[in-house]
Amino acid sequence: MLERIEKAKDQMTAACEAMGRPINIMEVCGTHTVSIFRNGIRSVLPAGLRLLSGPGCPVCVTDQSYIDTVLRLADRDDLLIATYGDMIRVPGRGGSLETKRAKAAVRVVLSSEDALQLARDNPSKVVVFIAVGFETTAPATAVVVKEAAADSLENFCIFSGHKLVVPAMRALLSDKNNNIDAFLCPGHVSAIIGYGAFGEIVDNFGRPCVVAGFEALQIMEGLAEICRQLSCGEPELKSVYTAVVTRDGNTAAQKIIDECFEAVDGYWRGLGKIKKSTLRLRDEYGRFDAVQRFGLHEIPAEDTTGCRCGEVLCGLIEPPQCSLFERACSPEMPVGACMVSSEGACAAWFKYGRKRECRK
Amino acid sequence: MTKRRTDRILLAHGGGGRLTDQLIRRHILPQLKNDALAELGDSAKLDLSSASVCFTTDSYVVKPLFFNGGDIGKLAVCGTINDLAVAGSRPVALTLSLIIEEGFEFALLAKILSGIGEAARQSDAQIVAGDTKTVESGAAEGIFINTAGVGVRLPGVDLGFEKITPGDRIIINGTIGDHGMAIISQREGMEFQSRLRSDCAALAGLTCRLLESTNGIRFMRDPTRGGLAAALNEIAAGTGLAVEISETDVPVDPTVRAAAEMLGFDPLTIANEGKFVAVVSPESAEQCLNICKSHPLGGNAAIIGTVVQASDVPTVELMTEIGGRRIVPMPYGRELPRIC
Ligand code: SF4
Repeated sequence: MLERIEKAKDQMTAACEAMGRPINIMEVCGTHTVSIFRNGIRSVLPAGLRLLSGPGCPVCVTDQSYIDTVLRLADRDDLLIATYGDMIRVPGRGGSLETKRAKAAVRVVLSSEDALQLARDNPSKVVVFIAVGFETTAPATAVVVKEAAADSLENFCIFSGHKLVVPAMRALLSDKNNNIDAFLCPGHVSAIIGYGAFGEIVDNFGRPCVVAGFEALQIMEGLAEICRQLSCGEPELKSVYTAVVTRDGNTAAQKIIDECFEAVDGYWRGLGKIKKSTLRLRDEYGRFDAVQRFGLHEIPAEDTTGCRCGEVLCGLIEPPQCSLFERACSPEMPVGACMVSSEGACAAWFKYGRKRECRK
Repeated sequence: MTKRRTDRILLAHGGGGRLTDQLIRRHILPQLKNDALAELGDSAKLDLSSASVCFTTDSYVVKPLFFNGGDIGKLAVCGTINDLAVAGSRPVALTLSLIIEEGFEFALLAKILSGIGEAARQSDAQIVAGDTKTVESGAAEGIFINTAGVGVRLPGVDLGFEKITPGDRIIINGTIGDHGMAIISQREGMEFQSRLRSDCAALAGLTCRLLESTNGIRFMRDPTRGGLAAALNEIAAGTGLAVEISETDVPVDPTVRAAAEMLGFDPLTIANEGKFVAVVSPESAEQCLNICKSHPLGGNAAIIGTVVQASDVPTVELMTEIGGRRIVPMPYGRELPRIC
């Protein structure tokens, strides 16, 4: 393995020299972000190569208004909130789900199935599943919605915050100020949507898109492939994660997403409103949609904390450049979502980062 | 079928009367089988070989009570014994306090007590005093256990942060993260839980053998909550020196690695209950390693790193498999499973 690592390093160094300018590669997957830090990948990259952590952490990209709405729901006595673990500490107006958990109205679940079971076990309450995540978790949400429909389980609904990756990449590149040369594309998401889905980014924006797995070698070889493409000026669509990711992806998972959900415009933290980027339950499943059931309205919230998560997610700054980083904001006392999730860029920098690896 | 009331602990079992006496004589004493306790005096008398002792206590409130590789009872005994062992002493006597929830099954209590008795006997420490209380249903999670222990300090052994110098090597007696992953996987009902087994064990036998064979040992710690990462960070903070460990040298069971990966945990931060980290002089490192390897609790022992001069702040750094470096942070509280 070490030989292949060395080869990848050499390729990157050669490409950086040939380019004669810094190269910025964005990873759009929280698991990549963490793996890059855990494996100390930044410390072995050539000086001219910079990695930007993009909007790839499901918790981080949820808009503040979504969080605030969840917190409002948690105040109701007739509801049980079922949520994935890393959502509970995201700060919103008036606390976080963790502070509400004392009232026992908030339960942490590991899967959507657990949430459905919670509804079966608590017939006197309505269980609201906080359904966040990208195309990776959406199929599991779709499955339980279908199950609930088949069983006429009326005390179950979901509050969908599911997001789609490709529209976010499109939005990032449409911003004139972006500094992204290429994308290291997410392995898990690509396994579902197929690497072919990134074709439009290569075709319309001329940016290399390379899918890689999560091991150090995969990431290094993915980055080397990107560097090679950049240095010879030929952006391509490619996967080095051939064991898992195919061009077409998991069509069964795509089908069930499509049967239950439709893509609508939605708000992202830092990126604002993105066209057809968020999944909403189709009307035939409307009674399982918390938005319809409780008449929820998503109003983009004004963030007054000084948190710069948005700029971090767009790759415009690195976390240590936020003045709250390590001072007012730490994993124990997070100010923004990016410091809460284990996959958030700020949390990863806080845990593993060394200041000298920062840009300035 | 509901159990008959007599199969379960009643509040009155903690009342100090006839039922309490019955509980102690019929259920507790036979499992612990030792003379010191059989007298049921108001306090235990100890005749120790030295006036210099280590003394510690810990309370155990764990869920699940039973797990692959142990239970709350074994954990309560091993935990206190290990605290005494890594301080450089030979554990001799323990106290045992049980706080039992009304309605707890006698059969489960018997299982827990037999684990306690066995763990104590194995490490030649006696349970010399005890106490039993009962609380109303709902006031405890089945059973809470407190143990305290006394260990006689081994002659000539003096361990401490101040003994550590740059160049010292770091040894661990086996794979990391086994206990924590066994507990988490069982709690979360993960599919491969049966293949994960807690390393819960009493270490005094091995640590005493090490300390009696060499005077190269500077410091020891048991990496329980917070895992190896916490133990090493404590060493860095306590000495003002930096610690460098090599990823490829740290032993991790493949199933633990896979399970941790799935939940987004770092094995370095996961709890152990049968491990110690020893900081040893460079000259004695090989000898210590061999002693560990020849002991049933040290088969997978390894030298994992070195203490070095800190460049700025004392930190723990990991040399990764690919030749990179990264900080190993002090774990902060409870880690949460990730979403996908
Ligand atoms: S360091 Fe904290 S406040 Fe600053 S951008 Fe990150 S999460 Fe927001």
